[in-house]
Amino acid sequence: MLANSRRGDRALLLFFVVSVLLMPFVAAPFGASYPDLLQKFAIYGIFAIGFNVLFGLTGYLSFGHAAFLGVGSYAAVWMFKLLSYNVVPALVLSVIVAGLFAVLIGFISLRRTGIYFSILTLAFAQMMFALAYSVLTPLTNGETGQQVYTGDPQYLALATDPDTTHLFGVKMNEVFLKTEFLGFEAQFNYGYYFAAIFLIIAFWIALKIYRSPFGLMLRAVKTNQNRLNYTGINTKPYTLAAFVISGMYAGLAGGLLACMDPLAGAERMQWTASGEVVLMTILGGAGTMLGPVLGASFIKYFEAVFSKINDHVLHDWFSFLPDPIANLLTVIVSPFVGQGWHLTLGALFMVIVIFLPGGLMEGINRVMRLMRKLGGSERAAMAGHPGRVREGEP
Amino acid sequence: MTILTVRNVNKRFGGLKALNEVNLTVEQGTVHAIIGPNGAGKSTLLNCFVGRLEPDTGTVDFDGRSLLRLKPHEINQAGVSRVFQTPEIFSDLTLIENVMIPAFARRDGAFKLHALESVRQERDIHKHAMMMLDDVGLTRQAEVVASQLSRGDKRRLELAMCLVQDPKLLLLDEPTAGMARADTNNTIELLKQIAGRGITMVVIEHDMHVVFSLADRISVLAQGTVIVEDLPENIKGNIKVQEAYLGGAHL
Amino acid sequence: MDAILLQILNGLDRGSAYALIALGLTLIFGTLGVVNFAHGALFMLGAFCAVTLNKLFSISKVTIDPTKQDFLGNPLQVKVPYLQAWFGDFGTALMDWSVPLAILFSIPIMLLVGLIMERGLIQHFYKRAHADQILVTFGLAIVLQEVVKAFYGANPIPTPAPEALKGSFDFGLLLGFGPDKIIYPLWRLVYFCFAAGVIGAVFAFLQLTTFGMVVRAGMADRETVGLLGIDIDRRFTLMFGLAAAVAGVAGVMYTPINSPNYNMGMDFLVLSFVVVVVGGMGSLPGAVLAGFLLGILQSFAAMNEVKSFFEAMFLPSIDQIIIYLVAVIVLLIRPRGLMGRKGVMED
Repeated sequence: MLANSRRGDRALLLFFVVSVLLMPFVAAPFGASYPDLLQKFAIYGIFAIGFNVLFGLTGYLSFGHAAFLGVGSYAAVWMFKLLSYNVVPALVLSVIVAGLFAVLIGFISLRRTGIYFSILTLAFAQMMFALAYSVLTPLTNGETGQQVYTGDPQYLALATDPDTTHLFGVKMNEVFLKTEFLGFEAQFNYGYYFAAIFLIIAFWIALKIYRSPFGLMLRAVKTNQNRLNYTGINTKPYTLAAFVISGMYAGLAGGLLACMDPLAGAERMQWTASGEVVLMTILGGAGTMLGPVLGASFIKYFEAVFSKINDHVLHDWFSFLPDPIANLLTVIVSPFVGQGWHLTLGALFMVIVIFLPGGLMEGINRVMRLMRKLGGSERAAMAGHPGRVREGEP
Repeated sequence: MTILTVRNVNKRFGGLKALNEVNLTVEQGTVHAIIGPNGAGKSTLLNCFVGRLEPDTGTVDFDGRSLLRLKPHEINQAGVSRVFQTPEIFSDLTLIENVMIPAFARRDGAFKLHALESVRQERDIHKHAMMMLDDVGLTRQAEVVASQLSRGDKRRLELAMCLVQDPKLLLLDEPTAGMARADTNNTIELLKQIAGRGITMVVIEHDMHVVFSLADRISVLAQGTVIVEDLPENIKGNIKVQEAYLGGAHL
Repeated sequence: MDAILLQILNGLDRGSAYALIALGLTLIFGTLGVVNFAHGALFMLGAFCAVTLNKLFSISKVTIDPTKQDFLGNPLQVKVPYLQAWFGDFGTALMDWSVPLAILFSIPIMLLVGLIMERGLIQHFYKRAHADQILVTFGLAIVLQEVVKAFYGANPIPTPAPEALKGSFDFGLLLGFGPDKIIYPLWRLVYFCFAAGVIGAVFAFLQLTTFGMVVRAGMADRETVGLLGIDIDRRFTLMFGLAAAVAGVAGVMYTPINSPNYNMGMDFLVLSFVVVVVGGMGSLPGAVLAGFLLGILQSFAAMNEVKSFFEAMFLPSIDQIIIYLVAVIVLLIRPRGLMGRKGVMED
């Protein structure tokens, strides 16, 4: 789509920054422009971008990344409890603690490749999940989850500080502007923009990595790790670095989640949560730049939307049809909506893996190529490469 | 000057003695071929040079240091490059990327966290890599994804990847395996050029035409033992060699 | 001593389930080279076959008994299962034995499910990377469990064992210990024997039949078998169906032990994969052995004495994490597992 060029990258970055900053507007027509959901777009986007650094570049499939998300959340909440509701120390600790865990888990797991690696990461994640519910309850508070109680010290809290998460006094969840866009409500809140700044930085770093010699080595690991070793590159520190970087991204995401809602629970560390980020990355397009954020937003959006659709709503949709047909359609569609969101997600995931392994980005690229061809520019169509997204495609 | 010395190497696999008191000396700037019938232990021997196998006894000394117990990347950093029986390249990357990676490895060592620099700005590496692609005749396909190459071209790419590292020793494991005559001849020409630059080469080959075009010295391996080591002209008529092959040679 | 024996017995039922699932996983991996993340879902489907049969048998007609009243004062509604109404005692017996009968019910269903899965989906993924196989079967597992959830709800559905096999069995007496020393639920013993029987049957099939021999040859060297003109694909497809059936009946018989729930598949899958890896990917005896070992290990780890011991060493809740710890240690020290063939998936 865009060639591997300085200008292309700049355009991509600009496009991304503008989209992210204007997201409350963009999301409004979809009914998605409210703080909770917008924040999730940004935060899970960060999670997915980090996961993509590992999986998209090196091909190592980790089923344990949710552990870092959870660890980041717990670390942040502890900062809230001990220091103050100011989000800065919380985030710093989230990233550091998650990074440390990633070094430990990565060092051991990366001694093996392929499915052995995946199972090792899964084993570690499940271990941490089990520990969080049992032995580490002083730290994690078990099933209740860790939160800030009135008895907590909060040593650095000032009397003037708000009683919720804030950035030097600016409350995270405060909505500073409510407006209308195209007839739909758009809400602007500080928390979203706080997370969005991190999202933009995260995207920029990932782009840098992708275009760097380091990124080139990671892609070489994916295509032929053996050859890379015989070419004089010690692949172990490269893969470990990628693992730790992606773990730190996950920790940041976990910390941000706690910043928006100062509660940390172990269910964030379950392997199904790890599965979710895999879904997001692949759905969006593994190995691409925009894919992970797209996938994360897509999943979070439809998760929110689908859960609100029930039989009544369905029947309303089909009300223009004669009753028996409307009823039939309601029955057929019903399992896929409401509580059945996971069913739709699973089915969609399968469709993507089977037919469109490059995810939504591949779909978008194909459509754009088609449009270019139809637009009469045969040369431009030839310039695109068929099939898998490769270096140079965002 | 001797650059590679293999002394008294033995290797057993269970009940099978794959290598038996193998000795080998390779002079710098020469092409040394290792031939022998199937199962003679040629690949086993090569694997002992590249960190894939440890011999039970014996030494492998290269340029003053031992190659034993080194990891593959350490052996490469010591100056040994190898080419695989089936060309091993980075299939999903472009040709220029394929050659830049070994160039990076040579310049920056086994690991460098250059995560915030840009490949695009590495002009020198890019130029050097393009020069290598020129040398092997693949200039026009620099931006092509490597998986689309023919087998012969993949072999050239692999050679370019080795050459860009300016190796002290180049190990070739049946470089013309599976090639048709035209490709084979092209490969021989390329290998001759490489040899002409003074790069030391150790070649394992079955194709006698290749061997006799290139080799300065030949070691003949049969059932794990070196039965003869001599100049090519002396190998041709050697009775022991003919017996070992029992008609397997393509002359 | 008796406590130890009891713990060994305790570990046998979960161990049997692990062994059966791991056996199926290894069969599929060894023949088709496919990593099947949907295998736990097959276990779950089998369990729900039993649930379905139970429900079918329990379909009742409602009659009003005017002579009795319920607590609200209305005439009492009496539910009489049709089976009981039509066949009397025999019908009641049928209902009682619905779980074992479900074995017969589930085998053709699971075979069919397996065949459809293989022909419809899996066969397109032979040549694709293991990561892709994991991903698509993972998606399938989610779809399967969500479908079950849509039909049966999100709550566990108790499915009892036959009355005759519900009680406990005084194992200790049998072994010469005092009475009431080792008491073991009868059904769990039945499950273990059943599992052993299935495993034995599978091994016998592979060792003693021509079909099995061809499959084993194909597992060792697929290419050569193909070159011999043998249509290995069809045989492998049937093996997939067989593996699905094994997982299915394992699920059927497990229902009295743990009420089936739509997400039981995933719980067992994660642990079964660990089992397969510990046993050695590609090794059938390894999978079975590792399954039993890890089940027993988990049971031991739950013993109070063992737990306190590890707690003192700062490893609390050892029973939750023991399997994972063992897996990590095994993978690091001996990557091919206990009995894996060398070179299978080593880097």
